[in-house]
Amino acid sequence: MSGHDHDHPHGHDHGHHHGHDHHDHHHPHPHQPDIEDRPLTHYQAMTEAVADLLVAKGIVTPAELRKMLEAIDSKSPAAGSRMVARAWTDPAFKQRMLADVIAAAAELDIDAGGIPIKAIENTEGVHNVVVCTLCSCYPRLLIGLPPDWYKARAYRSRVIHEPRAVLKEFGTEIPDDVEVRVHDSTADLRYLIIPARPKGTEGWSTEKLEALVTRDTMIGVAVPAV
Amino acid sequence: MHRRHHDMGGLPAGPVEQVEHDYAPWEKKVDAIMRLLTDKQRKIMTVDELRRGIEEMGPGIYDELTYYERWIGSVTNNLIEKGVITVDELGRAMEEAQARHAEAAKAVCP
Repeated sequence: MSGHDHDHPHGHDHGHHHGHDHHDHHHPHPHQPDIEDRPLTHYQAMTEAVADLLVAKGIVTPAELRKMLEAIDSKSPAAGSRMVARAWTDPAFKQRMLADVIAAAAELDIDAGGIPIKAIENTEGVHNVVVCTLCSCYPRLLIGLPPDWYKARAYRSRVIHEPRAVLKEFGTEIPDDVEVRVHDSTADLRYLIIPARPKGTEGWSTEKLEALVTRDTMIGVAVPAV
Repeated sequence: MHRRHHDMGGLPAGPVEQVEHDYAPWEKKVDAIMRLLTDKQRKIMTVDELRRGIEEMGPGIYDELTYYERWIGSVTNNLIEKGVITVDELGRAMEEAQARHAEAAKAVCP
C-alpha cells in the first residue's frame, strides 16, 4: 500500500554539500537519481505551497515549523518502553499507569499529550492488540509515528475478526486457552499495551528490560522475546 | 447500515504486508503543518475536520493516495473552505515551489 514509492532511503546525507567545482566524477553514481533530481510530486508541491502560504500570511513562523519537525523526530517508542519497564518493576506505578497514562507519563517527565490514552495489561489469560479501523489513531507521543502496516487496509480490516491469524503473520502465536481482545482506537481514545513481563527476567537491569519492550509489543502484535 | 469506505473493520483483505518506511521530510512537514494548525494557539483546524476531509475523498482517491497525500489534500481543502488560502494562491505557490525545487536540483547536480 502506501510507501511503495519510498524504497529510496530517506534522511541520509546525499553528499551534495560540495559545490559542483569539486564534483568527483569517479565517485560511483547511485543507480537511482537522488530524490532532489526529480520534480516534486503534486502533493509534495502542495505541501511546500501550503507551508509557504501559512508563513507568508503570518499564521506560522519558520521557527515554529522547524521546532515542530524536531519534536516529531524526537518521538520514538523509547518513552513507552520506559513506562512499561517501570510498570514491570514498580507495581504501584503500574496501578497509576492503568488509572491514568498521561499522569503516569508526567511522573517520568514524558509528555503524553492531551488525548486520553488507556493502558491495557496483558495477563496469563488475556492478550490484547490495538487497531484503528477507521483511520490511524495511535499513541504517537509514547511510541512514535505508526508503521505503514498499522495504517493499511489489510491490518485495519482483518485484525478485528481474525486477530489470531493476523498475529500469526507477525510470528506471534497466542495459545488457544488465552483470550485475544482487540481494541479499536478513536480520535478521542488511544491504547497502549503493557505486555506481560517474560519469565526469566527477574533481576534484569532497567536498560535490559526496556530493550524487550519494542513498539510492536506495545501495539500487541508481538510479545517480548527473551 | 450503509458502510463508508474508510470503515473497513471486519472486511476481508489480503495478508498484512509488514512494510515500513522512514517518513520522508515532506511527510513530516505535513504532520507538522497539521499539528500547528490544530494547536491551542491557532485552532484553525480540528482533527475531526481532517478526518472528514479524508473520508469525503471517495473510495477511488482514498485508496490511490498515500497516507500523507490524503492528509495534505484534506488540510488544503479545509484551508480553502475556511478562506485561509485561495485556490489561486495555492496554484501560484505550487508553481513557485516546483521552480525552486528545480533550481536547487540544478545547483547541486550539474
